Amino acid sequence: MRVADLWWWMLGGSAILSALVFILLLIALRRRGAADNRQPGRTRVWIGWLGLVMPVGVLMVLLAFALWVGQRNLPVGPAAQTVQVTAFNYGWEFCYEDGSCSQGVLRIPAGQPVDLDITATDVIHSLWIPRLAGKMDAIPGQVNRLRIEADAPGTFEAVCAEYCGVGHADHRFVVEAYAAGAPAGRTEAAE
Amino acid sequence: MNVIQLHHDLTRIWNNEPGWRGVFSSVSHTTLGKRFMITAAVFFGIGGVLAMLIRAQLATPASAFTGPEVYGQIFTMHGSIMMFLFAIPMLEGFAIYLLPKILGARDLAYPRLTALGWWCYLFGGTIMLLALLGGVAPDAGWFLYPPLSGKEFTPGVNSDVWLLGITFVEISALAAAIEITVTILKFRAANMSLTKMPILAWYLLATAGMMIFGFPPLILGSILLEVERAFGWPFFQPELGGSPLLWQHLFWLFGHPEVYIIFLPAAGALSTIIPVMARTPLIGYGAIVTAVMALAFLSFGLWVHHMFTTGIPHMALGFFSAASVLVAIPTAVQIFAWIGTMWAGRPKFTLPMYYIVGFFVVFVLGGLTGVMLAIVPFDQQVHDTAFVTAHLHYVLVGGFVFPMLAAAYYWMPHVTGRTRVMRVGIAAFWLIFIGFNLTFLQMHLTGLLGMPRRVYTYPVEAGWTLLNLTSSVGAFMQAFGFGLFALDIALQRRLGKPTRRDPWEAETLEWAMPTPPPQYNFASLPTVSSREPLSDNRRIGVDLAAGKGLLGRAIGGRRETLAVDIVTGAPEHVAILPGSSLTPLFTALVFGGFFMSMLLGIYWLAPVFIVGAAVMIWRWVATTGTTHDPGPVDAGNGYYLPTGFAIRGSVGYWGSVLAVAASGTLFASLVFGYFFLWVVAPNWPPPGAFGAYLLEPIIVTAGALLAVVAARLGLRNFDRSRSGAIAAAAGSALAIAGLLAGAIRHLPEPTFHAFAATGWALTGFAVFSCAVGALAQLFVHRRIASGHVIAQRPHELRTAAVWSDYGVGVAVVVAWLLGLSGAAL
Repeated sequence: MRVADLWWWMLGGSAILSALVFILLLIALRRRGAADNRQPGRTRVWIGWLGLVMPVGVLMVLLAFALWVGQRNLPVGPAAQTVQVTAFNYGWEFCYEDGSCSQGVLRIPAGQPVDLDITATDVIHSLWIPRLAGKMDAIPGQVNRLRIEADAPGTFEAVCAEYCGVGHADHRFVVEAYAAGAPAGRTEAAE
Repeated sequence: MNVIQLHHDLTRIWNNEPGWRGVFSSVSHTTLGKRFMITAAVFFGIGGVLAMLIRAQLATPASAFTGPEVYGQIFTMHGSIMMFLFAIPMLEGFAIYLLPKILGARDLAYPRLTALGWWCYLFGGTIMLLALLGGVAPDAGWFLYPPLSGKEFTPGVNSDVWLLGITFVEISALAAAIEITVTILKFRAANMSLTKMPILAWYLLATAGMMIFGFPPLILGSILLEVERAFGWPFFQPELGGSPLLWQHLFWLFGHPEVYIIFLPAAGALSTIIPVMARTPLIGYGAIVTAVMALAFLSFGLWVHHMFTTGIPHMALGFFSAASVLVAIPTAVQIFAWIGTMWAGRPKFTLPMYYIVGFFVVFVLGGLTGVMLAIVPFDQQVHDTAFVTAHLHYVLVGGFVFPMLAAAYYWMPHVTGRTRVMRVGIAAFWLIFIGFNLTFLQMHLTGLLGMPRRVYTYPVEAGWTLLNLTSSVGAFMQAFGFGLFALDIALQRRLGKPTRRDPWEAETLEWAMPTPPPQYNFASLPTVSSREPLSDNRRIGVDLAAGKGLLGRAIGGRRETLAVDIVTGAPEHVAILPGSSLTPLFTALVFGGFFMSMLLGIYWLAPVFIVGAAVMIWRWVATTGTTHDPGPVDAGNGYYLPTGFAIRGSVGYWGSVLAVAASGTLFASLVFGYFFLWVVAPNWPPPGAFGAYLLEPIIVTAGALLAVVAARLGLRNFDRSRSGAIAAAAGSALAIAGLLAGAIRHLPEPTFHAFAATGWALTGFAVFSCAVGALAQLFVHRRIASGHVIAQRPHELRTAAVWSDYGVGVAVVVAWLLGLSGAAL
């Protein structure tokens, strides 16, 4: 279950719920009620069932589902490799297990889990590769770990998501996923 | 008494002073409530212009309209103005204007505090605006995250403007919160028990309570960051044991309750207007009150959902995710109660109803995206993108602006006494409603496609061009809509036909007075027997104007209103309120001197203004009270009531208790910060060896015991109260001496490490609290000498004891905390 599926389920659920509310609202506006709201049954239906029971039911299912998705996205087992990521105004540096480093381009093997250990040297940044994973903040003085995995070789755009000053809009990098087993080209491109 | 004469006398007593002097000396809630709302509307206009600049810049990719430096100031000021200079002051003005009127009182509990709040708001807001005009406005985003906002990365005054200007404005928020709470608890119509209060009063009570506990963490954070910037105390610098995350916790500990602080008064307006338009009582009054209280409580448990991407462990996030989702339930209860009320009734489709329907559409969508954002894996994708921008505008514009527009049209006949002139309001509604959705609906998609927040430009290849262009078109439509709305209000004010009393056939007491309202609201005060006093007696307004209620008298030129028992609403005493005064203006000017000397870096001048502020506050309280109590007053309808001077649980006492609660929240936040840095921040423990020390904590404890016992002796036996007050002040002084000795002898320089910085901050706060307590005791000592405090008027003794007990309590906690910390480091 991926985050995109979570989104489509939530969008569908939201569409149904908002349609319910808007239809009830429309009927309420057009209807000519008898001002009979002193009946206890009416309060029970509107507040008990619609206001309380329905959202509790929907939200419990959603929460359980989300927690399950979130846990599944957590790093499990060892990563194929760990990359040290340092964000700064205005660039990104990636240092690999073999001691080489690159700037502006993160190279990872496709089809393998890779851990990014993310920090920053000046202000707070946030690493975001929209097609590979959620965000993780790069915070001075602390290291946050994010697991990513590219299913197939290719290039993925990445941006800084946390406002970091005048260069924020151009604070980008790219991820190059290469076919596993052919790690050539990493060191030679290192800057 | 002759009715005409009564109105004449009450007008003389309650009216503002004539001419320019009245502008500066007014303490009337009607005048100041309107001033708050007009000032907030002006700031809304300025914030709106900034929004148009943002949309002009983003309308096309690679726009040359403005560069990133100016853009940073524009979006930071747009957010800051809308949150702190529009939304909060607008709801304060709404409450200040309306509250006494719906409760059946003549003014708020502390009229001069209302005025102080408005001046602080005006001056703080002006500082922000001048900085904008001078090109040195804050530019680190409206939540001002360090280190970006710190001295190293923002060397100019930009961040100082925010920290000092906003804190200045927050004084008015805290003042209003305390005042609203005490007014609701004490100043109500006779026999208006808590369960007979109009529903809006419950909403405002919850809002004010949240402000008392929600604002102190932000004020603390602002003080710490300003001290770091000004004096280099490293609270947020990781290399010296600080943590930028401490700011985020303090900010959002305020920032999330803030959303509900803004929403609840607007929801209160909806709960008031919808039943009137549906011509039937609100369903589920008890359920709604419960839901509102649950919302107020829950909202303090979900601030971390703004921090899902900061590396906090997933299971901890799960807790905050669940709390964030649960908050949808009390909101759903209200939504369905409102629809159910309309279902039961026969809704009139008046102009306020257009905006109410607009509210339902916009707010329900915003609420649903809110639930999505509470889901951790989804939030980690869309956090800090245009999706969040879209969501927060749906919630805040849907949950605040649309209901307040409905409220504006609903209560305008009350403010101006005139009816609406033309159908301009309908056109304005459609422009605002369509424009709003055109701006923000597709912005969800822009965010999902990967556009981050706060970028001043984006590449053509990103594919966001059409989405952004249509958003900009929608934004300018909205701007025209709001312009038409302003025009409509101005036309109504100038050209509207006089309205009859209670034009909507509402049931609440604000419609039981002439419109526009006289400064004294009611010529005599109402007695209620249900939640719908106007349907119980359709002639209640005429009866009250004829002086048939309580306190229909004008004696001795005193401003009188009724104070009741908190729970039952039984008449308890006659509160005597202060009249027009320049003291609030001068006090605000002294506060302003302090903030300006900090802002301009003239640090030696700041303590002068602190002493000045103490002098002003001393003079302020010295002008309350009396030396010759008039004795029980004939309040009418067979009630003989004492005046507020001779009451144990006086209004001043309750205000002090709430102020101490706010201060205690700030202290608790500081202690939290100390432990947070110790446990979470890098580079702990600080270099060097620290031992425990016990001597100074023992001295502080001895001083504290002296202060507490002496105050108790004075309270128990009035003959000992003068010496008791002196001894209590001496105890506080001893505690101060112990605190300072401990810090000077054992703590390193504050710039050395976050440990020392927080240690000194704790010490400074404790010294300040003890000094306030000592001043309170010295004050009461003077008051005994001057004859204001006597055995029959002892309440100032109790109030002084609240302040001095609290001060030495803080001192004992700080002394032992620091004394023992060294052993654990």
